[in-house]
Amino acid sequence: MAELFALLANVWDTVRFPLGGAACLSGAILCIIGTIGVLRFPDFYTRVHAASITDTSGAGLVLVGMVLMAPSWIVVVKLFCILGFLLLTSATASHALVNAAHTAGLQPKIGPMANRGHEDEEEGAH
Amino acid sequence: MAYLLGIFFAILAFWMGNSGYYKPLMLGFAALSIAVTLFACARMKLIDREGAPYVRLFGWLAYYPWLTWEVIKSNWVIIKACLRADLDIHPALVKIRTVCKSDLAKVTFANSITLTPGTVTVEIEGDKLLVHGLYEANTVPEAFLEMDRRCARAADPAEKRA
Repeated sequence: MAELFALLANVWDTVRFPLGGAACLSGAILCIIGTIGVLRFPDFYTRVHAASITDTSGAGLVLVGMVLMAPSWIVVVKLFCILGFLLLTSATASHALVNAAHTAGLQPKIGPMANRGHEDEEEGAH
Repeated sequence: MAYLLGIFFAILAFWMGNSGYYKPLMLGFAALSIAVTLFACARMKLIDREGAPYVRLFGWLAYYPWLTWEVIKSNWVIIKACLRADLDIHPALVKIRTVCKSDLAKVTFANSITLTPGTVTVEIEGDKLLVHGLYEANTVPEAFLEMDRRCARAADPAEKRA
């Protein structure tokens, strides 16, 4: 039984760095996808939705990757604290932004937005 | 007194998890800082039901794994929306009514909606929430019924529940 545990610990030590690296990399890719969304979406309210990908899955995966590669339990505890505070505050920050825009009277674009990007380009060409 | 002890153990666990040094000098600093924090909490009148929400711990433990799965599912929808060659988004603004009674439950519900990509709470007025969504199909009031029910179960005190 002790040998089995030693073997498992050995395997885990070998596997956790590639796994953590892969998680960090996919988190970074998700952050880039969120940025692409921010650039493509038509108005302020829809851009907040794209930014929330960066807030939740992007930051979450990067932190999970760092947890997998963490050298000690102290670091793991700190990373989980960061994750908890990040999830609580990023949602509050998006709500504050959107609420401020709504209070200031910014009207959201409502309704289907198919190919809106092309129309804008044509308008810009005139 | 129970609330004071609850805050004390939370701060102690936080210090232990963040420090990692257990020499007498460092533990003395810990005792000092915890005492100062508790004194500040008492002066700011934070030592009450909301300051030490241990009663709802099990409700939260049941709620957050479910919320994580919801966040992952809706992340996938928004990732596809970001990368699709033709934008097919259909933004909508809807007003939904919540069954949550206490402020904490309402905040949990609104925060969960905002945390889920694709929907964001714009305004809370009484028991009505104004929600902006990226897809109209995902923003109809029926889509939030289960989250609403689970929030009420996790954060509302039992006597207030409808």
